[in-house]
Amino acid sequence: MNNSLKQYIDLHDQNLKAINSHSATQLNSLRQEARKVLENATLPPKGSDDYEATDLNEALAPDYGVNINHVDLSRESTTKFRCEVPNLSTCLYYVFNDTFRPSATAGQSGDKASVESFQNTKHPEVLAKHYGTVASLNNTCTALNTMLAQDGVLIYIPKGSATSKPIQLINVFDANARLMAVRRLLIVLEDDAQAKVLVCDHTKGDQQYLSLEVVEVIAGRNARLDYYHMEESDNHTTRLSQLWARQSEGSNVLIDGITLTNGFTRNDYHIDVDGEHCDTHLLGMAIATSSQHVDNHTLINHNAPRCHSNEMFKYVLNDNAIGAFAGKILVKPNCPKIDAYQGNRNIVASPTAHMYTKPQLEIYTDDVKCSHGATVGQLDQDALFYMQTRGISLPVAQKLLMQAFMSDVVDGVRLDTLRDRLRHLVEMRLSGDAMICESCELKK
Amino acid sequence: MNENNINNKKKQDEESIINQAASEEYRYGFVSDFETDVIPKGLDENVVRRISQLKNEPEWLLEFRLKAFRHWQTLPLPKWGKVNMPDIDFQAISYYAAPQTKTGDKKEIDPELKKTFDKLGIPLEEQKRLSGMAVDAVVDSVSVHTSYRERLAELGVIFCSISEAVKDYPDLVRKYIGSVVPYTDNFFAALNSAVFSDGSFVYIPKGVRCPMELSSYFRINAAQTGQFERTLIVADDDSYVSYLEGCTAPMRDENQLHAAIVEIIVEERAEVKYSTVQNWYPGDKDGKGGIYNLVTKRGICRGDHSKLSWTQVETGSAITWKYPSTILKGNNTVGEFYSVALTRNYQMADTGTKMIHLGKNSRSTIVSKGISAGHSENSYRGMVKVAPAATNSRNYTQCDSLLLSDTSGAHTFPVIEVGNDSSIVEHEATTSKINEDQIFYCNQRGISTEDAVGLIVNGYARDVMKKLPMEFAVEAQRLLSVSLEGSVG
Repeated sequence: MNNSLKQYIDLHDQNLKAINSHSATQLNSLRQEARKVLENATLPPKGSDDYEATDLNEALAPDYGVNINHVDLSRESTTKFRCEVPNLSTCLYYVFNDTFRPSATAGQSGDKASVESFQNTKHPEVLAKHYGTVASLNNTCTALNTMLAQDGVLIYIPKGSATSKPIQLINVFDANARLMAVRRLLIVLEDDAQAKVLVCDHTKGDQQYLSLEVVEVIAGRNARLDYYHMEESDNHTTRLSQLWARQSEGSNVLIDGITLTNGFTRNDYHIDVDGEHCDTHLLGMAIATSSQHVDNHTLINHNAPRCHSNEMFKYVLNDNAIGAFAGKILVKPNCPKIDAYQGNRNIVASPTAHMYTKPQLEIYTDDVKCSHGATVGQLDQDALFYMQTRGISLPVAQKLLMQAFMSDVVDGVRLDTLRDRLRHLVEMRLSGDAMICESCELKK
Repeated sequence: MNENNINNKKKQDEESIINQAASEEYRYGFVSDFETDVIPKGLDENVVRRISQLKNEPEWLLEFRLKAFRHWQTLPLPKWGKVNMPDIDFQAISYYAAPQTKTGDKKEIDPELKKTFDKLGIPLEEQKRLSGMAVDAVVDSVSVHTSYRERLAELGVIFCSISEAVKDYPDLVRKYIGSVVPYTDNFFAALNSAVFSDGSFVYIPKGVRCPMELSSYFRINAAQTGQFERTLIVADDDSYVSYLEGCTAPMRDENQLHAAIVEIIVEERAEVKYSTVQNWYPGDKDGKGGIYNLVTKRGICRGDHSKLSWTQVETGSAITWKYPSTILKGNNTVGEFYSVALTRNYQMADTGTKMIHLGKNSRSTIVSKGISAGHSENSYRGMVKVAPAATNSRNYTQCDSLLLSDTSGAHTFPVIEVGNDSSIVEHEATTSKINEDQIFYCNQRGISTEDAVGLIVNGYARDVMKKLPMEFAVEAQRLLSVSLEGSVG
């Protein structure tokens, strides 16, 4: 066992009573199983398969504090944070470090949908039924999260209902000491349910933070989910995120992971398409400067025939940034008529930036159409020259081209107002402007 | 005829074609009846010493073997390939088997042996040659004949078995052996370095364009043996050579091991073209028997403006594990890799390439075409690495997979690593089955389904086939059509 892993296991062993007593009861059942898995687990070393560029040992090595007794560490009131998307009315919720807080606008939708913390949910049966059913404990980070998780957010959309407004969840880090937040999100869409979920990551202060996240998505028959995750943290934040999704027949799921500013990020997406006629869209984008580290790892398991999946990840790397992408499309035997595409396009804009990419296909059925493409390159010199001949300065021309480069992912956003907002944020990010929303007090 | 009838007839046609294809025998599966000296099975230091002694090797080579053997003992059998590799019992293999020459004179070919090569269609006697090609024939552990040597020697080209090269050109061999694939490289490279028996040695001196294709023909004949040959090709400044390699083995129920090393050194402005048509016995239709083909092939473009081109047609072997790679060390160097890998029945192939860009303005192209039928698994595994110093480098990779049955698998595992901002790396891959519309169109024009599949697949593999030298292209094309007949399902 690695030392960085051992410290958390020791923490668990020494404080098991406190962990259990401050936890939602449904979470305690899997805790021991996770502990057992971790007994023999090791963190994969850097350079090993699927971890070419990412050192989990290093990411987990600092001695982060974990808020086991669930003391409310949030120092600011929810009214001070405004992460509103212009012209987009959302039901707003916060997770301060690891504590769930609804805002004033929360729960006003009048829908049947509910967004609650695990500890105070009115649907404990939903939590008990679905918690830990999609996420596999064989994944070390997921097991670590499951061993330490005490609370989380349950988004539950009952059969046939839809949210009238998008649900916005804002993760904020704000503490006086080095802190690790064990975050858990469970999204359950029953048959024919619909939801749009937007999650934003922010940090405040200059402490070192680690967000250990597990997101579980269960999409019932003909359910439709849009899940957007925007990371706008800072260079001393580490994010280790595991997203596990399971799709039933006819469901349509869009997952969009956007990294605009961050420190060290590793996102794993595991999607199981279990029913026929499913539609899966997995999009991602990263704009990285200074020494940002962005690693996305995806796996789409086609376990049923007649499905469509589309995956596209785009990176722009500058300065000493490191980007990594590993994606796999797996088509199981007897799953004909799968149409799957996976794309990864990268621009390396500085001589010291580094890109690793590993697009993979694993196909066990013949009647499929699967393809992938990966490129690492630069902006088109001819296009830059052309724009300069038209009086556009080089930096502006570069910015325009990069914006255009990102448009595939931006255009994939299915919420008009959010798409405009994202376009604006990308533009600001590429110009190097601060991206704090105008009305927000989360200034650095 | 109503639609149902047409469909039924089509189905019957396809089934009969499939049956026909499945019963297609491996042409080269005969066993030749010449006497063979085989040393007892098993592997220990004494066996390594015995091989060295049998070949009258100098002390330094024995040292090299022993170092490799000791290193090999510390290594576990690698398991990372996408093949179902059984545990190989390395003590159950005989590591040296030499066909006996009845006359005792090595220049004279044993009539049985000659018959074998005639059956294989490999001409060993110069007067029967139609095109100018020099052949080095290796049976089991020993090179039995090398043709055209004198004519090549006039130009200063050395083309002989590596055993002879060790005796006649020790300095050259010592300088280059293990310089591209060190014995520490991997499990099978260590094993080969310890027990390698024969192989070809080629040296093209400065400024010489080799006037004919050089060719090695490898044949495993004896039972319960492995073949561990080693090929070393050195192309000095401004030289050119095209080298071909072919291989076959008898049909046997047991699995036999073939663990070779190929090392190629390309100096300034030189060019080497290395082509392989690999047709080891692939096992029967139930996956019984067949050769485990676990080879390490690597070349280095050491000088500026040098070029190395790999072309391979892989149709044989029960398990193939092979990644002909190029280290582009010099500036403005070019690396190419063209591959067609066809697997059927229970064959498993995990093949691809590595392009390591170290020099400025280096360029590489990878075209890989996989075809999987039956219950086979076919994987492309590749790596393109651009070092920070390799500015303005360029890579283009295309790997396509064609699936001919719903029980076969096609996989792509590329890794791309780019360390600077002036290089461009592109990768694209597709996986699909044969286009039904194309088959329908061909049917409509009176072309049978079987011929249509042949046409489409040959068109699909054309990018690679056209890179093969003419003599090989014919053989490769025939191999493909034999293996593919009726595989559409």
